[in-house]
Amino acid sequence: MKRYIAHRLLQGVLLLCLVASIVFFVGRLTGNPADLMLPEDVSAEDRAALIQVLGLDGPLHEQFFIFVRNALHGDLGMSIRMRQPAVEAFFSRLPNTLAIIPWAILLAMAVGIPLGVVAALHRGGWIDRMAGAIAVLGVAIPSFWLGILLIFVFSVQLGWLPSGRMGGPSHYVLPVITLGTFLIAGFMRLVRSSMLEVMDSEYIKLARIKGLRESVVIWKHGLRNALIPVLTLWGVFVGNLITGAIVTETIFAWPGIGRLTYEAVIFRDFPLLQAVIILKSILILSINLLVDILYAYVDPRIRLA
Amino acid sequence: MRRAPWIPIVIMFVILVMAVFAPLLAPYSPIDQTLHDKLLPPVWVDGGSMKYLLGTDAFGRDILSRLIYGARVSLIVAALALTAGGGVGLLIGIVSGYVGGTTDAVLMRMVDAAFTFPAILFALLLAVTMGQGLGTLVIAISLLLWASFARIIRGEVLALKQRDFVALAQVRGCSSARIMITHILPNVLNIFMVLITLNIGVVIIAEASLSFLGAGVPPPTPTWGLMISDGRGRIADAWWISLIPGIAITLLVLSVNLFGDWLRDRLDPRLRQL
Repeated sequence: MKRYIAHRLLQGVLLLCLVASIVFFVGRLTGNPADLMLPEDVSAEDRAALIQVLGLDGPLHEQFFIFVRNALHGDLGMSIRMRQPAVEAFFSRLPNTLAIIPWAILLAMAVGIPLGVVAALHRGGWIDRMAGAIAVLGVAIPSFWLGILLIFVFSVQLGWLPSGRMGGPSHYVLPVITLGTFLIAGFMRLVRSSMLEVMDSEYIKLARIKGLRESVVIWKHGLRNALIPVLTLWGVFVGNLITGAIVTETIFAWPGIGRLTYEAVIFRDFPLLQAVIILKSILILSINLLVDILYAYVDPRIRLA
Repeated sequence: MRRAPWIPIVIMFVILVMAVFAPLLAPYSPIDQTLHDKLLPPVWVDGGSMKYLLGTDAFGRDILSRLIYGARVSLIVAALALTAGGGVGLLIGIVSGYVGGTTDAVLMRMVDAAFTFPAILFALLLAVTMGQGLGTLVIAISLLLWASFARIIRGEVLALKQRDFVALAQVRGCSSARIMITHILPNVLNIFMVLITLNIGVVIIAEASLSFLGAGVPPPTPTWGLMISDGRGRIADAWWISLIPGIAITLLVLSVNLFGDWLRDRLDPRLRQL
C-alpha cells in the first residue's frame, strides 16, 4: 500500500511539473511575457524593473529557474487588475466555490443513483427509456444556457429565486442545480450499467436463494457493489465540477474560483490566469490522488496490480 | 435493426444547409447594426413583426441572420477540430497499439495526463496568450479530443494485432509502417467514424462554452455561444437573444448524438460502452 501511494504521489508531482512547464512556455510563445503581466499603460521604467526582477532578459532556462523558485515560495505573480498576489486572490475565493460543489455532488447522487438503479431493474421499461432521454438531453443542453434558462423561468417569470450573487440558502438553489445537472446524466449511466452487471452475478443469486427480501438484495447487496466503479470516476467528476464552475459562477455572479478564472480571461489578466491554472491543477490532482488511494483501500486488486 | 433517426437527420441537414448557404438565406447582414430597430421581439410575441422573424438584439442586429451565420462557425470549428484532434488521436492510437513496448507506455502516460487535466483551462490560457481566433480555438478543442480517440483506437489495434492477417503480413516481410497503413488503418476506420460522430456534440458545446467565456472567435463574428453571452444581461426584457441560440445548440447536439448512437449500433454494436 505504501509503495502504491508513493508511486501515485510521484506521478502527481510529475504531472504538476508538466502543467507548470506548459503554462510557463505558452506564456513565452508570443514575445516578452512582461507585456502579458503588466497593464497596457505601464511606464517604461516599471516594465524594465519587472523584466529585471523576473530575469526576463536572461536565457530561458534561467527564467524557468526563477519561475520555479518563486512558485515554490508560493509566489505566482501579481494580478494585474486586482493589484494583489494572484495566490491570495485564489484562496480568498476558493471557499465560495467549495460552498456549492458538495451540494452539486449531493444533488447528482440523489437523482442519478436511484434513477440508475430503477432504470437497470426495469431494463427496457418506461422508466429506463425516460432515464435514457434524460441522459441524452443532459449531454445536449449546454450548462451555461441551462443556467440562463433557469434564471429566466424561476427569477424573471416566477420571481421565486434570486438570479445571482451569494446570499442566503435561496441563492444556492439555481447555481447548484445548474452545476449538478450535467453530472446527473453521467452518474445515472454509470450506475445503470454497473448495476446491470452486478444484478447478474452469482452472489446476488445466492442472496436471493437465501430468501432475503428483494429490497435488501437490491439496495444492500446490489448497489453497494455497483457503486465501486462509480467511485473510480469521482476524481473525474470533481475535475469536471471545478471546470464546470467557471460558466456556472459566471452566470450567477458567484464570487468563487470559477468566476475568478472568467475574470482573468476577459480582463486578460495573465498572471492571475497562470496562477489559477496551476492552483486548480494542484486541487484536481490532489483529489484524484485521494480517490485513487481510497479506491485501492476499498478494492485490494488495484494496489496489487 | 433500429430505424434510421429521420428527425435528427433532417435537423442536421437543415443546419448544414444554413451554414453552407448563409449569405443566400440570411435576410440581413449578421453584423450591421440598425439601432432604431433594437430589442424587437420575435414575430409570435406582442410587438414582434414579420420584418424580423426571431427579433433583434441590443444593437438592432437580426437574430435569425446571426443564427444562420453562427451555424457556420460551429460547423467549421467542429470539422477542423475533429480532423486535427481525431487525426492525432488516430495516429497515436495506431502507433501505440501496434509498436507497443516503451513507445506505448510513454504515449499512454501522456493520454492519462491529458485525461486528468481539464483541457478547457489550456484553451483559456491559449486564448489569453495567443489572442482569440479560429486557429487558437481549433488547437484548444483538438487538445480536448485526441486522448480519448487515442485510448479507444489503441484498444482496438491491440485486438487486431493478434489476428492472422497481421501475422501473415509480418511473415511476408511487410514493414511496420506498411502494416499499420494498409492492414490496421482500414480496420479501425469504422470505429474512427463512430468516434467522430459521437464527438461532434462535444466539440459544438466546447466551442459555444469558450465563445461564451470570451475565448472563442472574436466579435462581431456571430457565434451561438457569443449570442447567448450577449443576451445574458437582458434576460429580463429580451429573453430571445439568449434563449433562441441555446435552443439551436441543444437541437443540433441532440440530433448529432442520436445519429451517432444509431450509426454506432449499425456499424459496430460492440461499441455500446462508448
